[in-house]
Amino acid sequence: MTNTKKEKWDVGTFAIKGVSYLCITAFALACLFPFVLMISSSFMNEQEIIREGYKLIPSEFSAKAYEMLINNSSALAKAYGVTIFITVIGTALGLFMMSMAGFVLNRKDFKYRNFFSFMIYFTTLFAGGLIPSYILMVKYLHLKDSLFAMILPGVVGAWSIFLMRNFMKAIPDSLYESATIDGADDFRIYWQVFIPLAIPSLATVGLFSALGFWNEWYNGMLYIQTPDKFPLQYFLQRMINQTNIQALINQGVVIDTAELPTQSIKMATAVLATGPIILLYPFAQRYFVSGLTIGAVKG
Amino acid sequence: MYVKTRLKQRGGNIARELVKNKILFLMLSPVILYFIVFHYLVMPGAYVAFVDFNISKGIFGSEFLGLENFEFLVKTGDLWNITKNTLLYNFVFLALGNVIQIVFAIMLAEISGKWFKKISQSVLLLPHFISMVIVGVFAYNMFNFNSGFINTMLVNMGMERYEFYSDPGIWKYIIVAFKIWSATGYGMIVYLAAITGINSDLYEAAYIDGASRWQRIRYMTLPMLKPTFILLLLFGLGGILKGSFDLFYNLIGTNSVLYPQTDIIDTYVFRSLVGQFNFSMGAAVGFYQSVFGLLLVLTVNLIVRKIEPDSALF
Repeated sequence: MTNTKKEKWDVGTFAIKGVSYLCITAFALACLFPFVLMISSSFMNEQEIIREGYKLIPSEFSAKAYEMLINNSSALAKAYGVTIFITVIGTALGLFMMSMAGFVLNRKDFKYRNFFSFMIYFTTLFAGGLIPSYILMVKYLHLKDSLFAMILPGVVGAWSIFLMRNFMKAIPDSLYESATIDGADDFRIYWQVFIPLAIPSLATVGLFSALGFWNEWYNGMLYIQTPDKFPLQYFLQRMINQTNIQALINQGVVIDTAELPTQSIKMATAVLATGPIILLYPFAQRYFVSGLTIGAVKG
Repeated sequence: MYVKTRLKQRGGNIARELVKNKILFLMLSPVILYFIVFHYLVMPGAYVAFVDFNISKGIFGSEFLGLENFEFLVKTGDLWNITKNTLLYNFVFLALGNVIQIVFAIMLAEISGKWFKKISQSVLLLPHFISMVIVGVFAYNMFNFNSGFINTMLVNMGMERYEFYSDPGIWKYIIVAFKIWSATGYGMIVYLAAITGINSDLYEAAYIDGASRWQRIRYMTLPMLKPTFILLLLFGLGGILKGSFDLFYNLIGTNSVLYPQTDIIDTYVFRSLVGQFNFSMGAAVGFYQSVFGLLLVLTVNLIVRKIEPDSALF
């Protein structure tokens, strides 16, 4: 936009463009570096890691960590299952609740919409805090060790509701009026008229929501006790922090480290936990970006 | 106006409204129920900050202590330390973060390669979508003593291994670096949208008048980004007491050696919950954070309403 076609290439322009290309390339490489290091570390021979440490370019390629993970996959598979379950249920439930709320809060004939909007908005300004929520979840709602402890806290977000409402605003009121004349009730208008038109916005909000559930570890750490119910990211976090095997080796307890590629397995698990996001990212990105720029406009 | 007259005409009571719009109320009720249970019911629970919490007696059955918990926190110096850390980190995140985001947005706007632009924008945004657990894995991958990448490099260059995880000083920089790493792409897109919104006729006119590229950036782009910058900075200041728990916990974890320089309000509250089970102390800190946080947002909003009424939150 700043470059007109016939612009002269003076020294200043050349310098600014050169520096820009250089800096952006450098930062992009810095963004990718940890991913590349993680992937190549996951394909390293365990002996080499113990002898020399993680490397960007391993001298020997080994898929042993992945083999181990696939052959002994029950724990990882369960963690995957938990994460997929909370992602699907949480996103679907959240989208349904939030799109209905967005629809109602956008209705000009709904008298209390400002009151309810403020009620939702106020929760972003003042929160009771972690300790009271924890007591509520555990002592009163009895959600300790329940999968719903990971779904409910993040199922609905004030920001996403206002995003939905703003999307609904863009749908012309005349559609609503003609549907009323045809005798449809409010829920049918929402379901059969507004939802099909709101699909792009559902995709945006749904992707943000799904990403949040996929990356969920915090509520898992707070509320889940049974290892079978750990979500993927929490499973991974525990694995990284687990130094027991390393401690045993240090104490001289004989463990055939070639049999147990601990260090490469940690990285391979991380690769498998990030994989779906990286693979879906190119397709999902434009919805994210549209969400980000709309989100910058106030709710 | 339309709404107001409609409301006046109706002037109805709640009951009539409930009957008339029962389907709308039903459709809204799941979300409202959610906010009542998970937000509004939690708020009175902040009372736990003023008692000596005993789980069997419950929040309202425990012995009332008044401000004793707060006094204790002030006396031990804990409150001051975590407040100071939270403020300093957030201030650096905000100031450094925004400057870097602006610089990259301008650079991205200056280059002309379409594919380069598209791909680099995607790559820079990627870290925003990665969970902080993975960031913790990255840190482990690079900094752990026995096998971390940096230590591999150090040994290869004939130097000694460095014990990152017992040096509190160095984690300040690692935390800030990862924060910048993960937040630049997102902020850059917001600023880029602001730059794209500038009328290109203005640049054309400046070019005809002989302004150099640098002059156009210095005297046109930057001043026009100023309102966005000030707004983002102000709203950031409104949230300056809220810490990035995800980031700090996944990098520092339960490594108490590093606490003096890396403990923030949120990690302290969390530890009081899982570590020592001192609920009331944690709740006191949480209450302090919520109240001052609210005051900050209200103040910031007042200022924003003065300088740019359209952008005010309420």
